[in-house]
Amino acid sequence: MYRARLFAIRHSRKFEWIYKRVEQVMVALDPVFAKIGYGRVERPIALVEQGIKTVLFDCKMCGQCVLSSTGMSCPMNCPKELRNGPCGGVREGGYCEVKPWMKCVWSLAWDGAARMKDGDKIREVLPPVDRSLKGSSSWLRVSREKAAKLREAREASRTAVAEAFPEARAIEPSSAPLAEEPASAVNREVLKK
Amino acid sequence: MSPSDYTDQVPVYAPPPEGHVSHSRLERVLRAGRFAVTAELNPPDSADPSDVFDAAQPLGEVADAINATDASGANCHMSSIGISALLTRAGYSTVYQISCRDRNRIAIQGDVLGAAAMGVTNVLCLTGDGVGVGDQPGAKPVFDFDSLTLLRTIRTMRDQGMFLSGRKITRPPQMFLGAAENPCIHPQDWRPDRLAKKVEAGAEFIQTNYIYDIPLFEKFMARVRDMGLDKRVYILAGVGPLASAKAARWMRSNVPGIHVPDPLIDRMEKAEKPGAEGKKICIELIQQIREIKGVAGVHVMAYRREHQVSEIILESGVLEGRKSRRRAAGPE
Repeated sequence: MYRARLFAIRHSRKFEWIYKRVEQVMVALDPVFAKIGYGRVERPIALVEQGIKTVLFDCKMCGQCVLSSTGMSCPMNCPKELRNGPCGGVREGGYCEVKPWMKCVWSLAWDGAARMKDGDKIREVLPPVDRSLKGSSSWLRVSREKAAKLREAREASRTAVAEAFPEARAIEPSSAPLAEEPASAVNREVLKK
Repeated sequence: MSPSDYTDQVPVYAPPPEGHVSHSRLERVLRAGRFAVTAELNPPDSADPSDVFDAAQPLGEVADAINATDASGANCHMSSIGISALLTRAGYSTVYQISCRDRNRIAIQGDVLGAAAMGVTNVLCLTGDGVGVGDQPGAKPVFDFDSLTLLRTIRTMRDQGMFLSGRKITRPPQMFLGAAENPCIHPQDWRPDRLAKKVEAGAEFIQTNYIYDIPLFEKFMARVRDMGLDKRVYILAGVGPLASAKAARWMRSNVPGIHVPDPLIDRMEKAEKPGAEGKKICIELIQQIREIKGVAGVHVMAYRREHQVSEIILESGVLEGRKSRRRAAGPE
């Protein structure tokens, strides 16, 4: 869907906004996904994600979506699958070296990024694609990542407490616990505040 | 012969000089603030080492380092690593080129260690032309890395002493890291930003594609200076003699990423001796490029006109005040 892709890049700012909302929803749904099991929701969510993103962005399901850092122009549509900007072979008028009928994905990406609020993200050097993640849901990955970050922050504060009260930890380990807590033992209502 | 008999032919692993990342002569010349010259070697379609030495001979007289291309234009020739290893043993300084088109991350990281062990001290990280323009368009394009992830990977190998997997490298490769840029090609507005990203990824020197359009290059360099990039990376501008108006037109439409302005082609058309005119234009370009602030040297790509390289450089006067005989040769 070349034309839909061009449309999405032309309206990169709107799509950036939508994408942020989708991300928030996915992060908020982490407890639900965790309860059902990420393994079980992987396939249905990946299918939905593929359907939507293929129409809008010509998504190739690399599993490591970086659209918001590439001006909403999917870099996997670049025949060289470049992740960090255009190659040196872009043709006159901004057409692709390998597929001359197509606009350069990266030339469009810089234009798209210029219209976005956080378009400067395009300046960051992105890592190579992990090919083993092909076909998996990027949305679920974001959800898991953000949730892990929250857990990490909580871990850090628990470690700090344990280190500040080493004697108490020695005599009453449960007063400054370090062992992993099962999700059911954590009061999420308290965490939200 | 026992293995120890070969050790005098290969370099001994030692830490780089103070303030340097490698034993590269090119790095030393650039850091000393001298105007550097590099030249591209036309790789042979042969397995005879003497063909490599013959090709290097006219370049070594004037170049601080010789670039060994890695199947440029997706055409198969002797490998860059083979040429670099041969020339390094013969005392030349080389730039080992890696294109992401043909090898995946496992092969590339291994080759970097191999090249470094054979004494290669400069590496140029390239994305590579698509396979479609080459002599074997049915080949599988790899593109596992792009030039930036390649730069960052080699920098990680060198500075952190580990592979991208995190596994430790006991003796890291000491290499001066280079990348390419193409200032005169679309999207021109974003090219300086892309350069900034390459510097961020690890580039320490840049060799540009052919510059035939000085005003366009000046515009690019003005942005580069505004961004302070000329202080963070050494930029070598790409030049080369045109053979004829016909060849220039062919290059423009068939080789990816080459921009030749029409007035220049007209000038070639009107010239009585196109070969001599091409050389004259090249000398003029070098002299104009040298005056642009922030340019650290030139990179001469004289495909099938290697015999002219020495004259072009000497006549341009960029080496005045410098010892010019066999500069790419001699121990590292």
